[in-house]
Amino acid sequence: MKLKTALMGAACAFAFAPAAMAERGTDGNVKVLYSQAVSIMNPYLSSGTKDVEVGSLVLEPLAGFDEVGTMFPRLVTELPSLENGGISEDLTTVTWKIKEGLVWSDGTPFTADDVVFTAAYCMDPAGGCAQLAKYEGVKTVEAIDPLTVKVTFTGPKPNPLVAFVGAESPILQKAQFAACTGAAAPTCTEQNFNPIGTGPFVVTDFKVNDSVEFVANENYRDPAKPAFATLSVKGGGDAASAARAVMETGEFDYAWNTQINPELQAAMASGGKGQFVTGFGTLVERIEMNMTDPSPDLPEGERATAMHPHPILSDVNVRKALSMAIDRNLLVEVGYGASGRASCNLVPAPAIYASPNTDCLTQDMDGAKALLDEAGWTVGADGIREKDGKKFKLLYQTSVNPVRQDFQALIKGWWNELGVEVELKTIDAGIYFGGDPGSPDTFQKFYADVEMYANNFPGTDPEPYIVAYTCDKAPRPETQWQGENINRYCDPVFDELAAKLIQTSGTEERAAMIIRMNEMLTKDTYTIVPLVDRGRLSAHSNTLGGVVLNVWDSEMGNVENWFRIK
Amino acid sequence: MLTFTLRRLMFAIPTLLFISLLIFLLVDLAPGSPMSQIPLTVPPEVRLKIMEAMGVNEPVFVRYFLWLKQFFVVEPLVLWDHWWGTSHSEGMQRILSWQSRSPVMDIIVQRMPQTLTVIGTSYVLGVLIALPIGIYSAYRQYSWFDQIGTFISMIGFSVPTFFTGLVLILVFAVHLQWFPSIYDTSLRVTDWDSFLAQVRQMAMPVMVLALFNAAQISRYMRSSMLENLGQDYVRTARAKGLTEKVVVLKHVVRNSMIPVVTVIALGIPGIFGGAIITEQVFRVNGLGAMLIGAIQGSDLPTVQTLTFIFAVLIVLFNLIADILYGMLDPRIRYD
Repeated sequence: MKLKTALMGAACAFAFAPAAMAERGTDGNVKVLYSQAVSIMNPYLSSGTKDVEVGSLVLEPLAGFDEVGTMFPRLVTELPSLENGGISEDLTTVTWKIKEGLVWSDGTPFTADDVVFTAAYCMDPAGGCAQLAKYEGVKTVEAIDPLTVKVTFTGPKPNPLVAFVGAESPILQKAQFAACTGAAAPTCTEQNFNPIGTGPFVVTDFKVNDSVEFVANENYRDPAKPAFATLSVKGGGDAASAARAVMETGEFDYAWNTQINPELQAAMASGGKGQFVTGFGTLVERIEMNMTDPSPDLPEGERATAMHPHPILSDVNVRKALSMAIDRNLLVEVGYGASGRASCNLVPAPAIYASPNTDCLTQDMDGAKALLDEAGWTVGADGIREKDGKKFKLLYQTSVNPVRQDFQALIKGWWNELGVEVELKTIDAGIYFGGDPGSPDTFQKFYADVEMYANNFPGTDPEPYIVAYTCDKAPRPETQWQGENINRYCDPVFDELAAKLIQTSGTEERAAMIIRMNEMLTKDTYTIVPLVDRGRLSAHSNTLGGVVLNVWDSEMGNVENWFRIK
Repeated sequence: MLTFTLRRLMFAIPTLLFISLLIFLLVDLAPGSPMSQIPLTVPPEVRLKIMEAMGVNEPVFVRYFLWLKQFFVVEPLVLWDHWWGTSHSEGMQRILSWQSRSPVMDIIVQRMPQTLTVIGTSYVLGVLIALPIGIYSAYRQYSWFDQIGTFISMIGFSVPTFFTGLVLILVFAVHLQWFPSIYDTSLRVTDWDSFLAQVRQMAMPVMVLALFNAAQISRYMRSSMLENLGQDYVRTARAKGLTEKVVVLKHVVRNSMIPVVTVIALGIPGIFGGAIITEQVFRVNGLGAMLIGAIQGSDLPTVQTLTFIFAVLIVLFNLIADILYGMLDPRIRYD
C-alpha cells in the first residue's frame, strides 16, 4: 500500500515537474515592430527613444516607473527614502542596496562596481553620453560594499532618485565595457550592439537600422520568465503599415507608436486580429508664441532676440484671443481620435502636477473678436485687422507631418475668421529639430511668429521641464541659438519661483509651485498655447497577453510578463 | 581596345576624386543636423557635447581629408586583414556612422546580400520578361499583343513603386494572405521550407521592381528590333529561304541586342541604390533604405560613403557598357 502510494506520488510529481519547469521559454517567438529602426543597443550613445526602449530588453536600471508613474525597485531590495535612511537627512546622498544573488546574463555576479563604472562611463567628458542629464549634480558614486552603492550630490537635491532610475540610465557591465570609456565609447561596436545585461533577453543578432534577434536570458532572476523563448524586433517603414502588420495581416504581435488617423484606427480595429492600447503621458502638442520680433527687416543677431519685443504678440489679450479662437476638441477628433485629449496645460500629468485649468477647452470666437476689438485691432476693408497702419499678419510654422498640416489648415481657418492673415510654413523634421545654429528654420531660432510642435519630459518629475522657461535659457547668438525657452519668455517672478523650486522639497509644496508656474505660462499669459495631450498609441495582437502600456518608462519594460494566449 | 580601357581608367581617377569632393561639400552644406534625431528631452548642453564627441564640429577640409584617408587607406587595410588574418589596421579609426557608431563598411557588407538577392533578382527577372515581350511586340507590330504590351509598359513606367507596392500588399497580403507584407531579414535558408518562405517574402518586392524594369527595357528592345527588322539584310535572309525563327532569333535579335545590352549594363548600378521606395515599403534592409535613413538622420559619413560608392559603380559600369558595345559590334573600333 505504502509503496503503491509512494509510486503514485512520484508519478504525479514527475507529471507536474515539466509543467513547472516549462514556464520559461515555452511560448515560442514573439515579434515586435518599431516604425523607427534600432541603431544601437546602448542607451548612453543612443539617437532616439527606440534605442532606449529596445535596449531595455537587455539592460536594466536599479529602479523603474510602472504604468501609473510609481517608482518600483528592479535590481535593489527597496527604494531609498528618508524613512529607511536610504536618502540622507540633508538630501545630499542616496544609498542603494542591491539584491542578493543577482547575476549578469553571462553568469558573473552583479556588484556595486558595475554601478560605479556606469556612472563614470556616462560622466566621462569625452564620452558624449546622451543621458548626461540623468547624472546632473552627481559628485561621486562609490561602492561601500559589493552590494551597496552610495551616490553623493554636489548639493541638496529635493528629488535625488534620478540617476540609475528609468530605462535611460541602465547599468552596464564593467567587465564588458571596461575598454570603452571616454573617446573610445563609440568605437566599441561589439559591446554597443550586444550588451550584457540583467534583463529578460539576450541579443543573438543585431542588424543596424533593421532588426534585432533575442533569446531568453538563462540567468534571469525569475526562473519562470520570460514566457517567450525568442523575441524579434524589426524596424523601419511607417506607422500605418506597422499597424496593418498587427491588426490586419497578423504577422507581428506588437507594433510601437502606430500614430494613425482616427478613421484608419477604426477600420483596423474592426479587423478582429488585434487591439490598440493608449496611454497618456506628458506629451503635449502646443503652439508657441514668439515674444520677440522675427521680422526679416531686422539685422541678423538681433532678429528673434529680446532686443526687439514682438509688435503684435506682446499684448496678452491678443495671445488670449488667438487661443480662444481654437476648437481643441475638433483638433483631437481630426488628428488623434482616442489617442489624444484636448489640454490647456503644459504639464498634464502626473495628476498632482496638473492644474485644474479647463477654460480653454471651449471655443469662443465672439469673445476672441471682442478682445481684439478692445485691444485696438480693428477690421480693415480687406477683412484683415489693423492697428496704427500695421496689418495683423502671422507666420505659422511647423514640421512636415500630415496631422500637423491638418491642424495648420484648421487653425488658419479660425484665425482668418478672427481677421488675422496667416502664412503657413512647413519645415522638414530633420532641419526643424536639427538645432543647427546656421539654419534659419530650426524651432529654436524661431524666425516666425508662432510655431507648433510637441514636447514632453522623461520620468515623473516636471522640475527640469518647467524651469526651462527662465530668462537665461532663451536661445540667442551667445548660446549658439541653443536653449529651451523657445518663446523667449522673461518674467523675474517666474525666475524667482524657478530658483525656489530647485531648493524646495516636499511633494505638496513642489506640486503647488509647479502648478503655479504652469498657469503663469498658459492661463495667465498665453505664452504657450497647449492644444492636445497626445497619448501613446500602440497595437498588439489578440493572442498576446500581459501587455500593459507604460508611458512613464520604456514600453518594453515589462516584456518578461508577456505570454501567448492559447 | 586595351589602350582605350586604360585611358578611361586613368581618367576615372581624377573624375572620381572630384566627384567625392563635390558629394562631400554638397552633403555637408545641406541643412539639417544629426541633432534632430536626439530627443528634445536631452538638454542643449548635453546635445552639444554629443555632437563634439562625434566629431561634427571639425572644419570641412579636415573632415574631407580624414574621410579620404579612411576610405582609401584604412578600409582596404581592414579588408586585407579580414582576408589574410593580419592586423595592419589595428587601432586605426574607421568611417563611423553617426547614428549607430558602427563602421559604415560593416553595415554595407551586412546589407549587400539582401540588396543583391531582392533587387538583383528583380532586375534579372525584369530583363528576362522584357526581352521576349520586346521581341514579339516588334515582330507583330500593332497587334493585340503589342498594344497590351505597350499599355502595360506605360503603367509599369508611370505608376510609382510605392503605389504598386501598396496595392500588391493590400491584395496579396491583406486579402489573399498569400505573401507576408514585411520582409523578415533574419530568415536563413537552410532547407526547402525556409527556401519557400524566402521565395514567398521576396515575391512582392520582386514583382514591383521587375514590372518597373521590364517596362523600360522592353521598350528599348522593341524599338531596336523595329529598326533592324526593316533592314535590307533581313529581306535578303528571308529571300535566301531561312526560316522566320532563324531570321528573327539568330540575326535580328543579335543585332538589336547591342544597344539593349548597354542599357542593361548602365542600369546595374541602379540595383544598388535605386530601389529606395520599394525597400522602405517592404522593409527590406537594402542599401537604398540605408541611404534614405542616413539622409533623414543627417548621418553624413554614411551618406558620403554610400553616394561615393554609387558614383564609383556608375563610372565603372559606364566603362563596361562602352567596352561591351565595342566588343559586340564589330563596326566599332576604339583606339
